[in-house]
Amino acid sequence: MQMIGEAGRRGDKVRSDCWVQVEPKTRGGVKLSVTTQVEAMYGDAVRATCIRTLEALGVKHAAVTVEDHGALDFVLAARVEAAVKRAGLGEGRSYLPDPGTGFASPVVRDRFRRSRLYLPGNEPKFFLNAGLHGPDGIILDLEDSVAPPEKDAARLLVRNALRCVDFCGAERMVRINQGERGLDDLDAVVPQGVQIILIPKVETAEHVRAVDARAKKLAAAAGLKQAPFLMPIIESALGCFEAPYIASASPSVVALTIGLEDYTADIGAQRTLEGRESFWARSVVVNAARAAGVTPIDTVFSDVADMEGLRAACIEAKGLGFEGKGCIHPRQVPIVHEAFAPSADEIEKARRIVLAFEAAEKQKLGVVSLGSKMIDPPIVKRALRTVKMAEALGLLAKGWRKRANGPTKQRGRE
Amino acid sequence: MARMRLDLKRNQLGRLVPAVVNGKRQVPYKGVDEFVATGRQAAPPIACAANFPGNGDKRVKSLAEALERCGLADGMTLSTHHHFRNGDLVGNLLLDTAAKMGRRDLMWFPSASFPCHEPVIGHMEKGVVHHIEGSMNGPLGDYCTDGKMRGLGVLRSHGGRWQAIQDGEVHVDIAVIAAPCADPFGDANGVDGPAACGSLNFALADSLYADKVIVVTDHLVPFPAIPWQIQGNHVDAVVVVDMVGDPSKIVSGTTEVTKSPDRLLLAELVARFVRDAGIMRDGFSFQAGAGGTALAFAIYLKEMMKKARVKARFIRGGSTKHLVEMLDEGLTDYILDGQTFDLDGVASMRDNPRHVATSPFTSYNYHGKGFFGSMVDVVVLGATEVDVNFNANVVTHSDGRLLHGIGGWQNCLFSGCTILAVPAVRDRIPVIVDEVTTLTGPGELIDVVITERGIAINPRRLDLLDAVKGKDLPVRDIGDIQREVYHMCGGAPIPPRRGGEVVAAVKWVDGTVIDSVWKVART
Repeated sequence: MQMIGEAGRRGDKVRSDCWVQVEPKTRGGVKLSVTTQVEAMYGDAVRATCIRTLEALGVKHAAVTVEDHGALDFVLAARVEAAVKRAGLGEGRSYLPDPGTGFASPVVRDRFRRSRLYLPGNEPKFFLNAGLHGPDGIILDLEDSVAPPEKDAARLLVRNALRCVDFCGAERMVRINQGERGLDDLDAVVPQGVQIILIPKVETAEHVRAVDARAKKLAAAAGLKQAPFLMPIIESALGCFEAPYIASASPSVVALTIGLEDYTADIGAQRTLEGRESFWARSVVVNAARAAGVTPIDTVFSDVADMEGLRAACIEAKGLGFEGKGCIHPRQVPIVHEAFAPSADEIEKARRIVLAFEAAEKQKLGVVSLGSKMIDPPIVKRALRTVKMAEALGLLAKGWRKRANGPTKQRGRE
Repeated sequence: MARMRLDLKRNQLGRLVPAVVNGKRQVPYKGVDEFVATGRQAAPPIACAANFPGNGDKRVKSLAEALERCGLADGMTLSTHHHFRNGDLVGNLLLDTAAKMGRRDLMWFPSASFPCHEPVIGHMEKGVVHHIEGSMNGPLGDYCTDGKMRGLGVLRSHGGRWQAIQDGEVHVDIAVIAAPCADPFGDANGVDGPAACGSLNFALADSLYADKVIVVTDHLVPFPAIPWQIQGNHVDAVVVVDMVGDPSKIVSGTTEVTKSPDRLLLAELVARFVRDAGIMRDGFSFQAGAGGTALAFAIYLKEMMKKARVKARFIRGGSTKHLVEMLDEGLTDYILDGQTFDLDGVASMRDNPRHVATSPFTSYNYHGKGFFGSMVDVVVLGATEVDVNFNANVVTHSDGRLLHGIGGWQNCLFSGCTILAVPAVRDRIPVIVDEVTTLTGPGELIDVVITERGIAINPRRLDLLDAVKGKDLPVRDIGDIQREVYHMCGGAPIPPRRGGEVVAAVKWVDGTVIDSVWKVART
């Protein structure tokens, strides 16, 4: 069925986005009318992108109107495609703009996941500078931050963003929708090299495996070396009870996290700052994750104005065993990093363990010992990670091994 | 509107500028410190106390009567100040009154104009106002950019406006000074009264050099009105009205810091640069405006100063509550204040002797024996565009349309370290370009361009390049940042078309013409 299709945003306050209307016609070719804020500098480029997108989609006869407020190519293409499809047209193929830097970033199991910054999938203006704030990961969200009528448009936007936006080395994650729609989301995002799939409201290991299977199939078809890893989100009582099975459902699972708004609603409790009502659930997530050998990550801190509260929440989360926290605002990122940074004590201990480990290796000893204590392999591994993080944060000078018995150099952010 | 083809000359920066502006011959920009003016200052006619009431009561019943007494005639130049920003009522009152009196072809010479002055367009259409020399933004800016004004617009810095009056380039026939507080003799200040705004120093030159001066107030006090920021001895008449300005639009109750994460990131980076380049040290000085990024910068710097136990000798404002806190907390010896933005600033200026009002003469006048702007160690400014040679634009958008005035921007470029804190791209508009649309400040005075994507240091500043070695700062080549943004935007932008009809001239601090603003066809 064909009708007038509209997508995007309109109005004076719109930034880095556009509005597209497609009215199917029976003849006369494609009539494109563009008003753009960047007429002098990029007017021709805007028109060219619209035409390219319409041609690829196979649109033959339509009146297309575009009101642009500085949308980049990947946004224009996504909005035009969404409007075309809403108009019941577009049986052709999608026009995918050239890939940007970071498109071919490898999928890596072991990396810092202290902060992950949520970006609502239908708001392109937040994508552009997200990487500059230095989060370990960014999450292009297709689920709860996108209104249901916009989920189709968000999917195209997120697909294009994964392909084109430079996120400055942050891990590229997508939170897919629940159910069947979520599996269809994978069709769009996996071929663009998404690195982690966040699966919302997981209650069974089967759910994880279904996502895994589909992702692997898509990755293979796209010729990718490695399918994305998975991060299930526990958001209900049942999810808590199934957590150990969910965490170990597949080797593709690298982390487990929790969503407290839905969880507290599920158990019929009010969510409080103190968090007593969710203490058990969070402990379950930590334990289930560790038992399965994956990383436990804590939920978001919703009060963006309360930086001290955020810091306290991070310290508490770290105390419980979490290794990271979700962020809903870029200014939360540095605080999360500071709070999850190893303390001077931890760095000192780790330093000594690593030295002992390296000494034992050199002497080809089977056992690592520090003073009279034996150090088990998991402890060594953790110490190596701590030292690596401390070096990356500038809390440990690069040449620290040479001054083996000297004090830890603390530089930090001061 | 048909206009005579102007004779254009190419100046030292390669820009085409008019040889004559509104009937006055111009000197094209010659370079920084290259043009040294000669001659004597202008002066008003000698006055005589015999013509003024011995009891010191210069009140007249209405502004119309005052203008009548001052001999308002067609073709005169009338000036007003902008301390009330978008809350000004006197600018419109003046021109409305002149219109009612049947006057025509007047030149309006505000120290700056605001969207509230949109009614002046009506006066221009009717021929009451011939043209405006002063900043124009919003609807007035559009009117000028569209080529509808009969004369050429002239954009000057705060210092440049003082220089123009002082040197006789602009002859003010009647200055109308809106005063939050005044006495019947004509002494006036901005620290008392419902429309309190801080100082009145944007009107100082007008009070000293204009042929006639009228003070308009809504808060009359018996003589003396202390502090006398404007001296009654220069004033011809005093008019009392109901309201000189809308207090809610003059100063904000309190200045809020920006919440934009990108601006905060940029501000923090600027503060880190100032600290790590060694500019922040005991006894240093800095200037920051009240704009989003500049204010946030001051707050980050404040924390760094506290941590390092560093005290500034003076801070130049735009003063706000945040600057006042720094003074109160002993982080600076003085605030030297050109313009006050909130109630805390006003109160501090009134009550704290270390919060000192400065004028465009002391802060910015290039035709004097030095000025404060060149004595500041570091200043953080904005810009609409910068080019790869560090030349910058503040008066137009990249579409060539008049955006806002120069303010103290050109004058501040003479500081020890001039930093432009700008986003690298604004909604697909690259900020770093090959050539700026309108050249407002020369690259040789712009030392650092800091964006959220990196810090570009002018290759002339070997000392700064040296100072940042080994510090954890994202220093990059300016062309590098430009290319990154061009790539993001899908390629290099089509360069701006210049040429056609000149609608305004942009003056440099020494009165030479640094660039033209061209008519822009409406799409």
